Amino acid sequence: MAAVVTVEHLHKAYGPVAAVEDVSFTVEEGEIFGLLGPNGAGKTTTVECLQGLRRADAGTLRVLGLDPQTQGRELRGRVGSQLQESALPDRIRVAEALDLFASLTPGAADWRRLMEQWGLAGKGKASFASLSGGQRQRLFVALALVNEPQVVFLDEMTTGLDPAARRVAWELVEAIRARGTTVVLVTHFMDEAERLCDRLAIVDRGRVVAAGTPQGLIDLHAPQVLVRFSTAAGDLDFLYRVPGVEAVTRRREQVEVAGTGPVLALVAAALVERGFVPTDLRGERATLEEVFLRLTSRSPEEEGA
Amino acid sequence: MTTLRKMVAVELKLFLREPLTVVFALALPLITLFVLGGVFGNTPEQGFYAGVGAMSFYTPAYIGLVLASIGVVSLPAHLAGNRERGVLRRFRASWVPAGLVVGAEVVVSLLIAVASSLVLVASAMLLYDVGAPESAWLLLPAFLVSAVTFSALGVMLGSLISTARAAQAAGMLLWFVMLFLGGAGPPPEVLSGALQWFRHLVPLTYVVGLLQEPWLHGGWDWADAGIVAAWGMAAALVTARWFRWE
Repeated sequence: MAAVVTVEHLHKAYGPVAAVEDVSFTVEEGEIFGLLGPNGAGKTTTVECLQGLRRADAGTLRVLGLDPQTQGRELRGRVGSQLQESALPDRIRVAEALDLFASLTPGAADWRRLMEQWGLAGKGKASFASLSGGQRQRLFVALALVNEPQVVFLDEMTTGLDPAARRVAWELVEAIRARGTTVVLVTHFMDEAERLCDRLAIVDRGRVVAAGTPQGLIDLHAPQVLVRFSTAAGDLDFLYRVPGVEAVTRRREQVEVAGTGPVLALVAAALVERGFVPTDLRGERATLEEVFLRLTSRSPEEEGA
Repeated sequence: MTTLRKMVAVELKLFLREPLTVVFALALPLITLFVLGGVFGNTPEQGFYAGVGAMSFYTPAYIGLVLASIGVVSLPAHLAGNRERGVLRRFRASWVPAGLVVGAEVVVSLLIAVASSLVLVASAMLLYDVGAPESAWLLLPAFLVSAVTFSALGVMLGSLISTARAAQAAGMLLWFVMLFLGGAGPPPEVLSGALQWFRHLVPLTYVVGLLQEPWLHGGWDWADAGIVAAWGMAAALVTARWFRWE
């Protein structure tokens, strides 16, 4: 696996306000890499610097071995981009836009096939203004792919989409990766990051506060597991002897075992060993959201500092 | 070259699908022609209009007006609107060099300028018996220099003004100031002291002079040509320095 994107100590300020303090990460070839963070964390600035659309104040950036600062144009020919807050002229038609962007890049993909692939076949003559949010998003993704890019930057692609359209967009991202294209996904949706990203970096106030696989981040920062089941039996003290168990609480027949590690399997084994076979035994793990809140929420002292 | 051609083709189609700008670019000079032509007619009068009929005097001036309307109204609003909505951003993120987007818009403006000037001149000739220009060969470079300058001014305004709404308002204001002071409205002879002085600040004054000289006298005014070209170059420099993609 080769790194297709490397960012080392990126710093970027707008006047006195630092949008990005210190961001470093690498993206490996063929993965979906997420930049997750609250609004204003510096995610968009980071990807804009990576595309050479903004000039970094400090730090080393490489995308496909190119320096976005000095080789921006060459780079933009080899990456695809779906930008936040961008648009096409209202009266341009879908087919015209695709044809135009295809003609702007040497070695472009067959735009008619892209139009079909992204479900826009019947919309060739529709004007940009008449497209729904989901259709526009699909058009932007198709435009991002028209130059057969090796890396695609998708910035908040599902913001403003209804739940059904978001699901479709997620499938599209997976389809992009399936064709071998590396994806850098910027999002503030936890479920989106958890579902799509192979690895991600959580960005807060211009810094990377954690990075890893979604599962790895959960294991590290929110390892608590809750095991729930119900039983009429009285004595459950043996559960305290199960490795990893921290607390057992009961409310009538409902039992809740809290712990860390492979608690679910061990509790299940202990229960079976003693003849308990509850039909509703289930484990609940923390989601990325809890990791996120834990890492980005600040105590009042910190706020005041 | 292919990309520029494609870009121009798309821009041209977009222009034609925008009824309001089409009307403004093609119809406004025509309306001015009809209204003023109806008022003044084209009978030569001593002491006014350089000794020729009003419409003969004004036809080359209205060509200047066409160029001005594209330069200060259509182009800036178009460019600022495209920036405001993120269209420029979208183009820039792909493989488009800076000049191409702007270049295509300028080429389209020039094409529109040629088309509406032809319509204007044809109407003036048919309706008011305006004669052919004394020197078509000198009129051509005068038109070209003027058109390029107003395109440069349009791109400059579109670079400096950040919203389409503001660009439109500023453009209309500039256009009317130019109409009244630039020699395409009241004849320069009737302007009083201060206005006489102000009219020299308006680029249209020199564009009109540059166009009228070959049309009416078959000559070439180097002073006007120099000033018009200087305006164009200044605008290009300001644009190069201040152009923003977003």
